[in-house]
Amino acid sequence: MKRLVTTLLVLIGLSTGAAMAGSTYPDIPKAVGAPHPEGNDYMRLNHMRLLRHDRNLTVHDGDRSIKYSIKECVACHAVMGPDALPISVQEKGHFCRNCHEFAAVKIDCFQCHNSKPEDGFIDLLKQNPPATDDEIQAYLDGMSQ
Amino acid sequence: MKLPALNNKSERPAELNRREFFKSGAAVASVTLAPGVTLMAFGGEASANADPGKRWGMLIDVNKCSTDCNACVTACSEENGWKLDGNPETDPQWIRKIDLKHKETGREASLPMMCQHCETPPCVDVCPTGASFKRVDGIVLVDKHICIGCRYCMMACPFKARSFVHEEIEDQKSNAPRGKGTVESCTLCVHRVDAGRVPACVESCSATGNGAMMFGDLNDPNSEIAQALKNYPSMGLRDDLRVNPGVRYTNL
Repeated sequence: MKRLVTTLLVLIGLSTGAAMAGSTYPDIPKAVGAPHPEGNDYMRLNHMRLLRHDRNLTVHDGDRSIKYSIKECVACHAVMGPDALPISVQEKGHFCRNCHEFAAVKIDCFQCHNSKPEDGFIDLLKQNPPATDDEIQAYLDGMSQ
Repeated sequence: MKLPALNNKSERPAELNRREFFKSGAAVASVTLAPGVTLMAFGGEASANADPGKRWGMLIDVNKCSTDCNACVTACSEENGWKLDGNPETDPQWIRKIDLKHKETGREASLPMMCQHCETPPCVDVCPTGASFKRVDGIVLVDKHICIGCRYCMMACPFKARSFVHEEIEDQKSNAPRGKGTVESCTLCVHRVDAGRVPACVESCSATGNGAMMFGDLNDPNSEIAQALKNYPSMGLRDDLRVNPGVRYTNL
């Protein structure tokens, strides 16, 4: 019995390892601006809770100084298409879509919200030389003001 | 968490209901129920932008509104990213121009019509999910996150100021998310108001030189709008319904 369990465990371990190393694991596009202080692992697990909590503060109480807004998600995590403009969630390779497709979780956000950054931020992304982290942060801070 | 002091154990504070209990705390109050289980109460008012002391409203001078001017409608469409698709049955109703003619006197008037941001909004009364709500500063909104698209509010609104999104939408304005299956209406440009600006329609009306629309805090006796309302006659549409609209008209 003990041998059977061990074999099973080894098999599970092997298959998980193979999946992680294989090409099916989502390719996570690099974002601009400062990284999340909470760390990427925390954000991967909890971004939807943070967004849901803060959306209620904004919509109902008019609190615009919230920490997590979808406007900022799609801004820093914009992925540029061949025409050097951010792609929408309809197109393959969009930041949100990459992981959500892998996890088979439907995103409802973009039924109403735009999956591309607003025009001002696109200008910032196209800037040459590239915008610094401070410039991006200043833009994000001013986004809701 | 700070609780009101009790004089003795048998005496309960008379007016302490749930709302005041939460308000009595700081902006964020937390109660630890058990290790790892925390009850958080966010008593918004302290940090939020919506000020319960204010009531945002608008005064529209119909004499100054010209029949051939559509600037407010265009500005709203531009600001909030909606387009008319040429089908009056399904077109968005954020704001529209209405031309009136008095049958007896022949006097013609033109006015913009939009959500009237009632004090007692019928759309909020009928909403089964709580999606239709009034902010503490008097702005009536739809929380599209919880709107199920039943359209009761559209039926209840005496001003036909709400509309339903029938088609999928792409490339929304980031300040005005809107999507298929939800009801929408004038938001009084809440994103601008929260940033201390005036609604897009009012701004464009001033820009044309007509200056027919005035925006401000009805509760502040010194505001321009409150002074105008105090000194000149005005009316809310369908005053018989006693919904006390935040949008008022003069010279109608």
